[in-house]
Amino acid sequence: MLVSVYIPFLVTATLAVLAPPAARRLPPRPAAWALACAALVTAAGWAGSLALLAFTGLAQIPQIAAEGRWSVAALRSEDPVYFVVAAGSTLALAAGLVALGVAAVRQGRHLVRAWRECAELPGRTELAVLDDDAPLAFALPGAPGRIVVSRGMLRCLGADEREALLAHERAHLRGRHHVFQSVWRLTAALNPLLRPVAVAGNFVLERWADEEAAERVGDRTVVAHAVGRAALASAGAPRSAALAVTGGAVPQRVRALLAPPPARRSLPLLAGGLLLVVCCASLANAASDSDRMLDSAQWALCTTRTGTAAPAPTGQDQGQGQDQGRDHGPDGCRGGHDRPELRRAALLTGRSPGP
Amino acid sequence: MAGRGDEEAQEAHEASGRRARGALESDVLAALWAADGPQTAREVRERLPGDLAYTTVLTILSRLHDKGMLVRHREGRGYAYEPARDEASHTAQRMHSLLEGGSDREAVLARFVSELSAQDEHLLHQLLSGHGDAPSEVKRSDRKR
Repeated sequence: MLVSVYIPFLVTATLAVLAPPAARRLPPRPAAWALACAALVTAAGWAGSLALLAFTGLAQIPQIAAEGRWSVAALRSEDPVYFVVAAGSTLALAAGLVALGVAAVRQGRHLVRAWRECAELPGRTELAVLDDDAPLAFALPGAPGRIVVSRGMLRCLGADEREALLAHERAHLRGRHHVFQSVWRLTAALNPLLRPVAVAGNFVLERWADEEAAERVGDRTVVAHAVGRAALASAGAPRSAALAVTGGAVPQRVRALLAPPPARRSLPLLAGGLLLVVCCASLANAASDSDRMLDSAQWALCTTRTGTAAPAPTGQDQGQGQDQGRDHGPDGCRGGHDRPELRRAALLTGRSPGP
Repeated sequence: MAGRGDEEAQEAHEASGRRARGALESDVLAALWAADGPQTAREVRERLPGDLAYTTVLTILSRLHDKGMLVRHREGRGYAYEPARDEASHTAQRMHSLLEGGSDREAVLARFVSELSAQDEHLLHQLLSGHGDAPSEVKRSDRKR
């Protein structure tokens, strides 16, 4: 508990710093998957660790301890978590969950709106053209998704480049890139540390679509020119500032397309995977520690109440494998109090309640 | 895994030879919108990437016409086609309201290109004019300093 509960934070921070630059250099498809996995696992680890810290703090409040029938003194003597840390964790967790809820509602609303627009766009073709001189192109996820391009955009591109543009947007729809985007948005809402991962993720999705378009068209330079020309045309066109997104992404995409395709590398992916395993393992370890701590605090309360001189299990030595020994507690304590606590402990660790 | 590979190989085959029907429709529609006036099937074919059969283009044009995406008028022995614009301008208004509504529409829309800074624009001109590599390296080191 002392160390392992903090390891998910460490892993999250490490990945938030290292993953974005690494992902930009990897082939975009595996990079996007890796970033999505990293975001999901670290978000879960983050929330789990905060919940454990918050819980150990709350468990020391006398009223809650009375409700759960464990000894505050025993818990306090064992628990290395300061009250400030526990309170901070509670606040961070609450704020994260509220932000996650807000983001989820918003994201859901956007997806529903896009879905509806897809259905209402005229024609039964994949491509819907807007009669508009401003260059504009995007993919609208739905069933089926639609590609929306303005006349202005089509007119500033050559035949091959138009094909590249359509292939790019088609790749977004086929790869269900809006799902990746949702994962990054929601995890970044829960944990603001993951925001750089979301930014890098969106860039990687564009690269993914670029690479797929290059494969389809059979010429990387054509896609590079399509992206560059579209961006320059858009830059020249008057439009609202609301359309501004990440600066600097387009030259990077063009440069990547003018260079040979990125080499496959497994070392960064392996390293990232290892970090995620460490994150999960330490969270599990912290959870079982916390469970053991509460069990022994309950034991402590039992022994003081019944006044038996039975050797109380010393919390530190009480390993996970010694559950059997604990079940032979004083009968008065066992019958009267243990069931709800065991059930709670079982909830924490996924163990089934004792007989 | 193997099935996926097969699927991809199949799609790649379609891309090189007979492209998927929906994709072809998009290409033809895009070509007509990019053109200045009504186009005959032969003219459309010239504006399409790759080497499509004339009859394929004709089929797609008449299919798009059936769907109400194109209008046509007699020209010589065949037709000249033009995009149907009334629906499209209506759509344009709807899409603008979609783009302007809500602060984070980025959630839904994967845009082809994002906004450029002045520096990006300069860099992009250099990259596209063919001698991109050397100047871009200079540029990058400039930015680091």
